[in-house]
Order: sequence, then structure tokens, then C-alpha cells
Amino acid sequence: MTSILKPPVIHPSLPKNALGLTRRDYEGAMSTLCAGCGHDSVTAALVQAFWELDVPPHRAAKMSGIGCSSKTTAYFMRQSHGFNGVHGRMPSLATGANAANRDLVYVGVSGDGDSLSIGLGQLCHAIRRSVNLLYVLENNGVYGLTKGQFSASADVGSTSKKGEANEQPPIDPVLLALSLGATFVGRSFSGDKAQLVPILKAALRHRGFAFVDVISPCVSFNDHVGSTKSYRYTREHYESLAPVDFVPVRQEITAAQDAAVTTVRMHDGSLVRFRKTDDTYDPTDRDAAYAHVRKHQEVGEIVTGLLYIDEDARDLHALNHTATTPLVDLPYADLCPGNTALQALQDEYR
Amino acid sequence: MSGVNDFAFKMATVNGTGSASANGLLMQAIFRMGIPVSGKNIFPSNIQGLPTWYEIRVSRDGYTARPEAVDLVVALNTGTYAQDVAAVRPGGYLVYDGSWPLDGELLRDDITILPVPFGQMCVEAFEGDRTRTLLRNIVYTGTLSALLDIDMAVIEEMLKEKFAKKKSLLDANFKAIEMGYEYARKQFSCPLPFHLKKMDATGGSIVIDGNTAAALGCVYAGATVGAWYPITPSTSLMEAYKDFCERFRVDRETGEKKYALIQAEDELAAAGMIIGAGWAGARSFTSTAGPGISLMEEFIGLAYYAEVPAVFFDIQRTGPSTGMPTRTQQGDILATAYASHGDTKHLCLYPSDPRECFYMASEAFDLAERYQTPVFVLSDLDIGMNDWVVPRLTWDDAYVPDRGKVLSAQALEQMTTKFSRYLDVDGDGIAARTLPGVHPKGAYFTRGSGHDKYGTYTEDAAAYQEVVDRLARKINGAARAVPAPEFHLQKGAEVGIVSIGGCHAAVLEATHRLKAQGIPADYMRIRAFPFDTPVEDFLRRHKTVFVVEQNRDAQLRALLTLETGVVRDHMIPVLDYGGLPLTAQRVVDAVVQHVHQGTAV
Repeated sequence: MTSILKPPVIHPSLPKNALGLTRRDYEGAMSTLCAGCGHDSVTAALVQAFWELDVPPHRAAKMSGIGCSSKTTAYFMRQSHGFNGVHGRMPSLATGANAANRDLVYVGVSGDGDSLSIGLGQLCHAIRRSVNLLYVLENNGVYGLTKGQFSASADVGSTSKKGEANEQPPIDPVLLALSLGATFVGRSFSGDKAQLVPILKAALRHRGFAFVDVISPCVSFNDHVGSTKSYRYTREHYESLAPVDFVPVRQEITAAQDAAVTTVRMHDGSLVRFRKTDDTYDPTDRDAAYAHVRKHQEVGEIVTGLLYIDEDARDLHALNHTATTPLVDLPYADLCPGNTALQALQDEYR
Repeated sequence: MSGVNDFAFKMATVNGTGSASANGLLMQAIFRMGIPVSGKNIFPSNIQGLPTWYEIRVSRDGYTARPEAVDLVVALNTGTYAQDVAAVRPGGYLVYDGSWPLDGELLRDDITILPVPFGQMCVEAFEGDRTRTLLRNIVYTGTLSALLDIDMAVIEEMLKEKFAKKKSLLDANFKAIEMGYEYARKQFSCPLPFHLKKMDATGGSIVIDGNTAAALGCVYAGATVGAWYPITPSTSLMEAYKDFCERFRVDRETGEKKYALIQAEDELAAAGMIIGAGWAGARSFTSTAGPGISLMEEFIGLAYYAEVPAVFFDIQRTGPSTGMPTRTQQGDILATAYASHGDTKHLCLYPSDPRECFYMASEAFDLAERYQTPVFVLSDLDIGMNDWVVPRLTWDDAYVPDRGKVLSAQALEQMTTKFSRYLDVDGDGIAARTLPGVHPKGAYFTRGSGHDKYGTYTEDAAAYQEVVDRLARKINGAARAVPAPEFHLQKGAEVGIVSIGGCHAAVLEATHRLKAQGIPADYMRIRAFPFDTPVEDFLRRHKTVFVVEQNRDAQLRALLTLETGVVRDHMIPVLDYGGLPLTAQRVVDAVVQHVHQGTAV
């Protein structure tokens, strides 16, 4: 990501990951979003997460729908295929692509209009199907490209730029994901990269549908006094739960043990470590996570962090018993039964 | 006009009573006797309790279109007695359940009425309401076997196959067949004047419906991703694909599936899934009907503009809106040809029978990948769901899927210039594409928003137009690659008939009848869109052209008018859109009437 055109020169002292790539290699086209847009910070966090995880850019696929958030897939990882489809339907494109090639790392970027209004059904069903995908919802409570209408995540009482107050109850994406059975649910803030990056890394390593709601203020249409999705409001009502570290497989041995840490082992052996701030919180207890978010919501607090994780869940391919080899890599000879089989089969059609 | 191996009969029953399997048994028994036969199931959009009919036409000459006259009706639904009695042609026969008297008002003196106490016989012979209801169908099968001289050995063989693992059911079915057969032999003069006589005309054929054949075609074409939302009359296509895949595509040792079949939450999602899969490099498809096409339109435009291959089977039913879901029509010709907003045009294939559904499936995937675009296969309810006798299918083991211009990792590695997704390098309107995950140099950003030939977002008039103009060239260029029309020409013909898809059997039969009446007619069956020059040539070559199709608004004629230089009024529409399969007589009457008006020939 960058909101200014940077020179293509990469400084030789920039740190490199295991693939010998710098963070600059994970950037994309210049952002066309407004200066200060929360989405650009999320893009920067995604760049860092992918870089730190040593994901070869061309082995990732970026999926999105329509809206400001959906544009951002162009702003990171220029060496990845991206698919900017139709409004609210990114989950189905991602599902189909994932069905065809299970070996790629899929990241879907969406917004609150794309996910909670026009695409609510697709989001729900992608969760049900447990598509192996990092789904980032850049949540600003407002329609930016059409200039300031409320979205379905706008809180009751939150005012528009013109002063009109929203009266319809919001759809909370985190509660939605928890109730639908999402196996990885987090919420963060575009202004807290230290929290967001490890959540994104853990989400990328999760096998199944990893849902991350990111409060990402819209500086042009929803950052005023009276908005509950502004930078200021979010900072003031921000409740960070159990800071998360993500420990990749190869670093496991050197990771320090700490009594105040809860560890969840991921399917590939990497670890998610929760540094406890609240001794009673259990990130593997779905009902508790739901209750915790609700409880804080009632007193006007936005709970953030990795809220829920289930590493024993089965993803789309496990449920389908799909071949381990991606379907796109199966040779045609493995797919066509041939004429002899056709003739034998037709003996039954008489 | 009826006679040995040349007649039609139909069963009028209530749906959900098990008559469908008995009727299928009858049709298949005649097929096994070597006699050309066709069966049309006319059923309600309902699970249980509404009227349903099954029409069987026996034709020694091999005509399979729906019959216009019915020689024998088996009336077992008191709710439709009036129309069923009326459906018998003068001089024909009516079999009804004599357990209860027929209303005197319904009696006709120009037909022979044969009462058979099916209900009473079942009550006396079997226990349990459900068993009695089910076996009543087998009893009438026995009666028909006697009246029509159906080979009992064939019926017995089929029952044995069907109930191989259920001995008690087999015995009950045998008993029921026997009862119906013996009753007819004792009470009536059997066989009737029209009846069956063994032939040797179906040896190289199979009995199959179009949806099953299309599904088989998808398996043979190497399709690996299917996504769909259940909708009549397309549902059985995906169910057949699943059955075939479970048979041919599951690794016996590991249980791993070499396919992914996803039941989507709606047709929008189904379209998205197959476009996502096509983008990632799989051969992907969906099966749907008109309402599904309506919902898929936005995604279809994306696939057209972003140039993603995907195959859509549209098993047409009667529209608009929900329409009549269990009736047939060709109402989606225009909706598919130009599906989605903005300037679009799509490749469409029009199979005329289950055999062509099989072959056109693999052609559809080849075309979709070669032209990187959605391809529609427009079948209909009659083709898709009814059993047809068609020549056996064969598969050319030398077939290699046409994957189109897809750059390999090696090709990308060797590229010295930057890859540009929409650059027409060799002038055929088709740019090379890359698949995700293959090579860093192949990356590009796929978008449905305005883009230039490099794949970059644009709002520039010239850059936008350059891409959409190439798309038009690409799709129009496909006219030469899609299946060519099929011509049936006659000497001295001045009349031309144009038709499409499921009308074929009736139109072909009509041309034979017209010839016998001294009106030779050339017949062109359109098999695909866009049209190539032979289509326009045919229209211009004939003084009078009839366009036969099954919709109200003459959609094929409209498409011909739009896409060729031929004026609309040069083509006379012959339309049939009540929801039932077309009859040959409908076409004959229309042509004869016009010719006798003296405006043509």
C-alpha cells in the first residue's frame, strides 16, 4: 500500500523475509482512497502479515466485491492474482476459486455495505461452508463511494455527516460470525497495527473461514463528532482483549513460555498465544466469546482481539473429501472415464 | 391411421401414487421389443395429489414428437375423467377403473369403453392402502400388456431387474401384472387393432433423458466444479453429475473426490462459484432454468467482460416469472443471447435431444475456454426430463480438452515483455490468460470495472472502447467455431423452415408429411449462436421462410432479424407456447394454411 507514488527503488538495507523479499515486494498499486482512510492502514497490515509469513505473493489470491474496501486488493501484493467481482458476491467467487485450487492462500477484503447488506447471504453461507479464506471486513458504518449513506453496521444514534441519526439497529458482524459457526473470529482497529497484524497472521494460517472485522474509519463521511465509527470514538471505546502473538512453526522452539499466556496450537503446528488480561476469558469457548462481546457492547465498549478460534474444525475440502491435489492440477486422463466405460454404462440404459 | 407399431396411448393418474415408474416400465418394455417409442411425462409442480399424464407414442418409422391423437386412454384419475374421455380419438378406446361407475354424462358412443375393476382387484388381493395404490399401476400395466400385446417375458425380465433384491415385492408385482393381464384376456378381445409387434429397430440405441446425458457429457469433458441451486427442470442434471462422479471420480483407496459439487444458497452464488472456479482454471458449470438465469445476469456480465470461462445449462421451462415450472418452452433464447446489462453477447448451443446434450457439453467447455467467456447450453424440460430413445453415445478417446490460450509457468518464465491480460497479440480477438498460483509474472487484476488492454483500471473513452470492440470481434468470430446448422433439404423446395432445439423431432416429421402433401420444404435446424453466414444464406435463398419455435414472442425470429440482414417480415412465425412438447401437425397446419392463402410458393 501507498497513498503516494513511491520510487521503484528498494533500499538494500530493507529487511528480507525467508523468501528474500522485502515488504516493498508485497505492496501493490498506489491507493486511490482518501488520505487518512482506515483502509490504507489495513492494507499496510496485510502487507506486513503476508511478508512476515513468507507467503510467496503469486501463491496468494485476492478476492473482493465492490466499494472502497474492495478496491484495496489492488493496493497490496502486485504479484498476486486479484479478482474484483460484483457487489456483495466475493464469497461465491472465493468459494469457487478455492474449490478449484485449494493450495492458494485466499484473502477476501470486503466492507460493511458489501458484507452486511447486499452480500449478507453470501457471507453467511461462506461461513457455513467453512471456505478456507481470510475474510477481512473493513467496517466504517457508511457508504463511501455513494457519499455518506448509513450502512447496516451503523449504530443506533450514530449521526451522519449531515446530522441525521440512525434509528435502525445494526448488524454486528462479529456476533453474526460467532452465531453462524465461524471457526476464527477477530475484531480489530485499523489504528492498532500491533494488534491487527498478529490477528491477520493467525487468520491466514487458520484452516477454514477466518473472519476479521476491522473498524476502519471513513475520514470523508464518518469521522465527525456524533459518529460511532470515527477514529476518536473508536479509541475512546476500545477494549483490547488478550493481546495476541502469532508464532510460526519454525519459531516454536525459541518462543518463551509464560504463565500468563494461553496457547492455541494451529493445524500446521504454529501457535497463537494470548497474553491474558482477563483470567476468565477462554478464546475456544464460543458462547463465552459471544457473551463477552455483548456484555461490553451494552456499556458502549468495542471489544477487540482474537475473540474465538477452533482449530479442530473441518474446512470445505475436508467436508467434501476433495482430492488433496488441487482439482486444477488433476490430469484430464484422471477425469475422463473413457469410451470403454461409456459403453459398459450404457448397457444399463435400456 | 393407427396400426401395428404405430399408435399412441396415455395414462391419466394422480401424482405421488407411483404411476411414474409403471409408465416408465411400459415405455422401456416397448423399447426392449425393438420398437421405436417415446414417452412424455406431463406432470404438475407438486409432490402428491394433482393430475399427471404420461403419453407414449409408438412409431415404427421412428417419429418421436408428441402425438396429436391418442388411440387409447387409461383414465385412473376421477378428477380429470371429463378431459381424459374427451381426449380419445373417435374410434379409440378408454380404459377406466370400473370399481366405480363412470358418470353417464361422460359416456361416448364413438369410442369403446373398457372398464377394469383395478381398485377392487387390489383391495381383494393386497393388504395396506399404500401397497394397493402402488400395485394398481402394475395391474394396469398388465392390462395394457394384454390389450397391446406387450411381450410378458420382457415385462417379467424388467421386474426381476428392478426388484432383484426385494423378493417379496417381486412376487406382489408378478401377481399384480398377472391379474391385470388375465382380466383383459378374459373380458376383452385382445389385442386391440393397434398393437405391438417385435421389431429390430432399437438395438443400437439407449433410453436416456437429456439431463442425464448432459451430466455425463460434463464428466467426460473433465468438468471438476459444479455449483447450482435446485430448480425444476434442471435439478436432475446436477444429481446425475453427482451419481456419475461417485462412480467414476472417487479414488477407491482413499475415498478422495476428483470433483467439487456445491449446492449454493441461490443462483447468484452458483454463478459466482463457477466463475471463481473458471478463473482459477477448473472446468466449471451450473444447471438452472429461466428464473436462475435472471438471477445470474450480473455475474454473467462480469464473466463476459472480465473474460472468464463458465458453462451454463439452461433447462428451459415456461416463463415469465415462476410460470409453469413443469411445462416446457423455449422462452430464454433472447435472455441468454444478450444476458446482463450493457453490451454483451454470448455463445449459445441448442441441443435437440439427449444425445446432443452429451456431445454439446464437451463442445461448450471447449468453446468457453477457447473464447474465455460464458457459454449457454439451452435444453428444455422435454429434452431434459423425458426419456428419449437415441443412438448409443460414443466417446473419442483421442479427445484433448481445448483449454484455450493459457500461459504455462514455463511460457511466463521465458517472457521478456510484461504480461498484459487483455492484449490481442495475434489478432484473433482472444488474449492469453494466466491462472493464479502459476508464476509471479502472470499476476494481473481481474475486474468488472472499466479496464484497458493491459488490465489496468480506466475511465478513458478510447482505452475502454478498444477492449469492448475486441470483445465484439472475439464473440462474432466464434460464429465459425460453434456447431453449424443442420440442413435437411428437399428437391424443388421453395419453402424454408427454420427451427431450434426441442422442436426438431416435430419439424422433421412435419417436413415428411408436407412432402407427402406436395409441399417440399427445406429445413434448417439452428444449433448455435452467434449465427454464421450459412444461416443468413438459407433465409435469403427461400421465398417463404417459417420460423418454428416454442415461445410467444418469436424470439428466434427476433434474434435472426437482429443478427442477420434479413428483414423481419420475410420470416413467418410458427409459435407454440402452451407448455407441451410440439406436435408435427401444428407445423404442418401452419405451413399448409399459409400456402393455401396463396401468399407463398
